[in-house]
Amino acid sequence: MKTPLLHNPNAIKIIAPALVGLFLLLVWQVLCIAWKVPIYLVPKPSDIAMTLWNDGPGLLRALGVTLKITVLAFLVAVVLGVIAAFLFVQNRIVETSLFPYAILLQVTPVVAIAPLIIIWVKNPTIALVFCATLVALFPIISNTVLGLRSVSPGLLNLFRLNGATRWQTLMRLRIPSALPYFFGGLRISSGLALIGAVVAEFVAGTGGTGAGLAYEILQAGFQLNIPRLFAALVLISLTGILLFTLMAWLAKASISQWHESEMS
Amino acid sequence: MLMKYSEIEEDFASLTTDANTVLFANRVEKTYPNGTRALDEVRLRIQRSDFVSLLGPSGCGKSTLLKMFAGLEAPSHGHVRWLGTDSPRKSGLKIAMVFQEATLMPWANVATNVRLPLDLAGTPKADSAPRVQRALEAVGLGKFGASYPRELSGGMQMRASIARALVTEPDVLLMDEPFGALDEFTRNRLDADLRALWAQRNARSDGSDTKQLAIVFVTHSIYEAVYLSSRVVMMAARPGRMVADLRIPDPVRDDDFRLSMAFTEHCRDLSARLLAASGGEFEHDEGARR
Repeated sequence: MKTPLLHNPNAIKIIAPALVGLFLLLVWQVLCIAWKVPIYLVPKPSDIAMTLWNDGPGLLRALGVTLKITVLAFLVAVVLGVIAAFLFVQNRIVETSLFPYAILLQVTPVVAIAPLIIIWVKNPTIALVFCATLVALFPIISNTVLGLRSVSPGLLNLFRLNGATRWQTLMRLRIPSALPYFFGGLRISSGLALIGAVVAEFVAGTGGTGAGLAYEILQAGFQLNIPRLFAALVLISLTGILLFTLMAWLAKASISQWHESEMS
Repeated sequence: MLMKYSEIEEDFASLTTDANTVLFANRVEKTYPNGTRALDEVRLRIQRSDFVSLLGPSGCGKSTLLKMFAGLEAPSHGHVRWLGTDSPRKSGLKIAMVFQEATLMPWANVATNVRLPLDLAGTPKADSAPRVQRALEAVGLGKFGASYPRELSGGMQMRASIARALVTEPDVLLMDEPFGALDEFTRNRLDADLRALWAQRNARSDGSDTKQLAIVFVTHSIYEAVYLSSRVVMMAARPGRMVADLRIPDPVRDDDFRLSMAFTEHCRDLSARLLAASGGEFEHDEGARR
């Protein structure tokens, strides 16, 4: 007898990792019980699930705060990153003079400058968005620049031969060529925006601005409420996965018709 | 540098308008910044409705010469003339080019790819649609307008690329080793179709104002050059220069022509000339000799 579900590659894509996850959770649960691990060191998956259920509303509200900062930072990073990329490819001199500073943004740890930003910017939401944007910006810039530059030289010659204007070359050639790279940048940046938001919240700390998930984690840590800490972690991870999936879906919807990376 | 009298005379001749000469490369040289001499004193005239092959080993500058005819590269010395003017635009000539790869836009279907030159020129959609369809039918892709490039074989992609070049009804078609990457069967088939297409364009010119088509075809296959062209220009490398300019008068090009004595004779003649020009030994690739 055949189980048709197992012959459906799309179903397998979901079922297989889910089974692995379940198995690992089961091992975790069994080991915790067998070795009598205290809950303040490593809580059982069942404890975490209970906490998620009981503290759900509070945690979800915190998640909402973090998510708002993440999404805002991501959108700002996309807009600024794309603008910067377009400026960079217009002119070599612009790129050579500005690119080192883009790298500077990337290599400066946000943890190190977040306190400054939080001091300088009064509005805590704006300060946090600013920090998260700094983290998410660079992949968008570098990927979009790479994409706008990686145009087939043959096609570029063809456009020149047909007397294409700069604008036509940009709209009909450079932007479509850059899309796969741009979507790659989106995928990296969406995750980084979340990390940036959480890190910034950590630095902002418990000083009244909080209520994001990072704040919940800090609080839970102070109170040795480890199950709650884990529950917050689970929510952050799920959010990251959700963002990634969303970006992957977006890329697939836009370019799967022609680009190898999104076919299957 | 002093010019010989005959050169001065010919320079003068080149400046007077000759309506039949579409392209003229006059003592063209190209030296790259690293010192490589890609072309040395090349003089070549392309007439309306010519089918000229530029034939030679790699490094003989044949692609460079083609790019100069396209206006994509400028000579270091000498000059190129388009209908006696100094730029393709001024001459009013329509020049189309087919590259080594099909260079289709992967995100657009075949019809959109073929329509590109018309779109760039601002032709309204209503006018361009029938022209695109005619160009696709001319290369045997009439039913593939809605397909995407990746769904086509290498040969069909090349056909689409040729359709894109034909859609503007060009006066000059420049082809840079277009079939080099294809297998031999596909290549022979495309050669035959290209020759037929060229013959058809130029046969119509008897009465009315229909346009003639000149083709400049770069290849490193002697057989392909002899099969296709009415004229074969042989080039040699280091420095890139012309060594022979041979007419292939035979009017009929079919599979029998490939097996005929005349075909073999032309090929042998060209091989001998290349051998003589390269100092008695063939230069197969750049790496072999320092």
